[in-house]
Amino acid sequence: MSANSDKTSGLNSNVPEGPLTEKWDEYKAHMKLVNPANKRKYNVIVVGTGLAGASAAASLAELGYNVKSFCTHDSARRAHSIAAQGGINAGKAYQNDGDSIWRLFYDTIKGGDYRAREANVYRLAQNSVNIIDQCVANGVPFAREYSGELANRSFGGAQVSRTFYARGQTGQQLLLGAYSQLMKEVDKGKVTLFPYRELLDVVMVDSKARGIITRHLHTGEIERHAADLVILCTGGYSRVYYLSTSAMNSNTTAIWRAHKKGALFGNPCYVQIHPTCIPVSGDHQAKLTLMSESLRNDGRVWVPKKKEDCKKDPKTIAEEDRDYFLERKYPSFGNLVPRDVASRNGKEVCDEGRGVGETGLSVYLDFATAIKRDGESVVREKYGNLFDMYHEITNENPYHTPMRIYPAVHYTMGGLWVDYNLMTSIQGLFCAGEANFSDHGANRLGASALMQGLSDGYFVLPYTVTNYLGTHSQELLKKVETSHPEFEKAENDVRTEIKRLITVGKTGKRTPSEIHRDLGNVMWEYVGMARSEQGLKTAIEKIKLLQMDFDENMLVNDDQNLSCTLETAGRLGDFLGLGALMARDALARAESCGGHFRVESQQDGEAKRDDEHFSYAAAWEYKGKGAEPVVHKEQLVFENVQPSVRSYK
Amino acid sequence: MATKTTAKTINIRLKIWRQENAQDQGRFENFSLNNVLTDMSFLEMMDTLNEKILKEGKRPIEFESDCREGICGTCSLMVSGQAHGPVRGATTCQLYMRSFQNDELITIEPWRAKAFPIVRDLVTDRRAFDRIMMAGGYTGAKTGPHADANAILIPKDLAERAMDAAACIGCGACVAACPNASASLFTSAKITQLALLPQGHPERKQRAIRMVGQMDHEGFGSCSNLQECEAACPKRISIQNIAIMKQEYFKAALAADYREGMSDGDGA
Repeated sequence: MSANSDKTSGLNSNVPEGPLTEKWDEYKAHMKLVNPANKRKYNVIVVGTGLAGASAAASLAELGYNVKSFCTHDSARRAHSIAAQGGINAGKAYQNDGDSIWRLFYDTIKGGDYRAREANVYRLAQNSVNIIDQCVANGVPFAREYSGELANRSFGGAQVSRTFYARGQTGQQLLLGAYSQLMKEVDKGKVTLFPYRELLDVVMVDSKARGIITRHLHTGEIERHAADLVILCTGGYSRVYYLSTSAMNSNTTAIWRAHKKGALFGNPCYVQIHPTCIPVSGDHQAKLTLMSESLRNDGRVWVPKKKEDCKKDPKTIAEEDRDYFLERKYPSFGNLVPRDVASRNGKEVCDEGRGVGETGLSVYLDFATAIKRDGESVVREKYGNLFDMYHEITNENPYHTPMRIYPAVHYTMGGLWVDYNLMTSIQGLFCAGEANFSDHGANRLGASALMQGLSDGYFVLPYTVTNYLGTHSQELLKKVETSHPEFEKAENDVRTEIKRLITVGKTGKRTPSEIHRDLGNVMWEYVGMARSEQGLKTAIEKIKLLQMDFDENMLVNDDQNLSCTLETAGRLGDFLGLGALMARDALARAESCGGHFRVESQQDGEAKRDDEHFSYAAAWEYKGKGAEPVVHKEQLVFENVQPSVRSYK
Repeated sequence: MATKTTAKTINIRLKIWRQENAQDQGRFENFSLNNVLTDMSFLEMMDTLNEKILKEGKRPIEFESDCREGICGTCSLMVSGQAHGPVRGATTCQLYMRSFQNDELITIEPWRAKAFPIVRDLVTDRRAFDRIMMAGGYTGAKTGPHADANAILIPKDLAERAMDAAACIGCGACVAACPNASASLFTSAKITQLALLPQGHPERKQRAIRMVGQMDHEGFGSCSNLQECEAACPKRISIQNIAIMKQEYFKAALAADYREGMSDGDGA
């Protein structure tokens, strides 16, 4: 659609023509196909085995393509999608509560603060319905009612009940479903697994992605892999903040190195800070733990009205001395406001000095009302494993004393810029799941990440990948060998960087974790929940200093086999590059939207969006180390919903 | 649950398994760590120790972990003889230093089983589990349109029991805890989940035969009902699943219709 392409930069979203509700079906009906005999001539690389990666690899293999599946773990089942707790949204409307595909689309666009593409989000809402059917067919044991029908619960930013779940382990069950399909295809010989591999570079031949360079994490071996196209499903980059709810090995290396090869990076500053995490307790901490948003169905968020009550035993604070600030400020959504709104308000009351706990950096999440109303056993059935987890970590029993929570970095809406086909600005390089920038705009609603990962992998890529192969068949059927000079060059670059890390590492003084922790502090302080022009400029300068530490003074053990320090060192370099870009993007976006809150842009204490100047997706181009990146803008066009002030009051 | 210490910090002594590679014989190495915060997780203690080792110019201890919230199944330490340590129903990453006493000697080893060869130090290769899954731990339903998710009703208690089995995280503690290094709890959890759910029924027989066969083929031992696996399981998977697996296996092996349909003898 011409309206969706940015003429100044040549960025084309490739959104098809036609009415919103018909775009995807019409597009599918006219896509190029590849006949079954030819499908087996194509080789596809899928990097990452989370929801997007596993579902894409399995589905493409089922179609007949030869798939090579890469992951850093021993098994595909360990990808971090496994840790998603709460649930997955779908516009099934089983509850007869007025839900529909349209409403899911609308809630998601609004929840993203009108910074996502309409057409992508509508397609996501359409696919959501099929995802649930697919998962049930694959043996996912969703929660059910006594009637035998599927159960639902509510998540933030919605007034309907459309979230499907499997206790507090929905991500685990969905991933195991996709993983089992992947294993089925491995058994059939259509997927080859490459475990313990880390992607270190994307190889391009004649401007198309035709392979990757990997390092075997156990043997240190550098390998070349050729294919006809490459799909990155390597997850988000929350660990740029060091402390986040991401897994220890989650990293940005794959997408950052693709970015350095020319893939544009979309909206890097859009980060989700989740309101219900277990508060930080000390410097030794390696990661933070999320408490599912589903807890806000029954938990009530409060702090004392008076500062002097903050250190008191919460049970001794009288009802009238408590401030249920979310219920007070947002009566229609109450405790179920979207994540960005809940996080910001939590931070605000703590900044006012009304935070609780030893550090004063937490608020209460109280289940007393629910336990009184429904009984402890009902609450235990719904949230038992979450309560146990909280108890194990904090040594406090949430059945008796309110939980204490504080926001923590949880998800990154930004990622590689992709068009409607989920293809990056590099031909033949696709990107799906959290690793891409699409669908969630400036804030993701709860239970929408699982939906997007599976929508991309099960129901979008199998079509758009086939369309790409069909379109470029002449060229792609001429196979590229790993002896091609481009592979040679990419491998040499990778080897040079590893050698450099080890050489500097011999005399360096600071460990990768120390530098990473410093980067995390800078990011949290200046590129966190409240961002200002001055702060962002400070962040850029501070990151430059850390980059110098990384280049000249980092301590790395010189063993090239399985080596945890070499792994973290390599990833840290990419986090530093991305951290600087996030600060630049946040600086350029002088408005508040979703999770991106610029202190200069607010009205009556609420975030103030500026549609006149910032209704675009920022897509950054890498210009070399130390050089200023260049921003391209994809103007967002709203033809079906009217961007308005997002109100949850 | 182990006795809880009330002290804020403790000093500990550590005896940790070091092994260069699969061929190396391996040995224990002793370390000590002072002023360990009791609020620290066990793996954060290991991180702290590794930072210290790195700064001393030595090779840090290799161990695996990822999600650090007990769901990915990556962490896998034998702590003082117990898989995942002294706290029941928890993974190593969910273990906190408050479970240990001041001046305690803690022994840390990798999982030990023929089917889980040691890669380095505390890291083992658990890909045998993937191969068991490949032998039938799935339903054959392809990606595409399916009947509406509510078309087949599943009684709540059945769905709950399937979920109990499906909660397995594939960490391998059951194998590590079993004197026979049997993978019966792991294998049976998947067989049970899919035997309970109607979606798993079409491939029920070959699943039981093939998965059990693969488990034996990998070199895991047999189950002799010692129940160590259930005690060590961080997700408290019940050994009832093993009884169901045996039942499924016998039913499949005895079923004439399946025997006739088998082209090769890939049974147990």
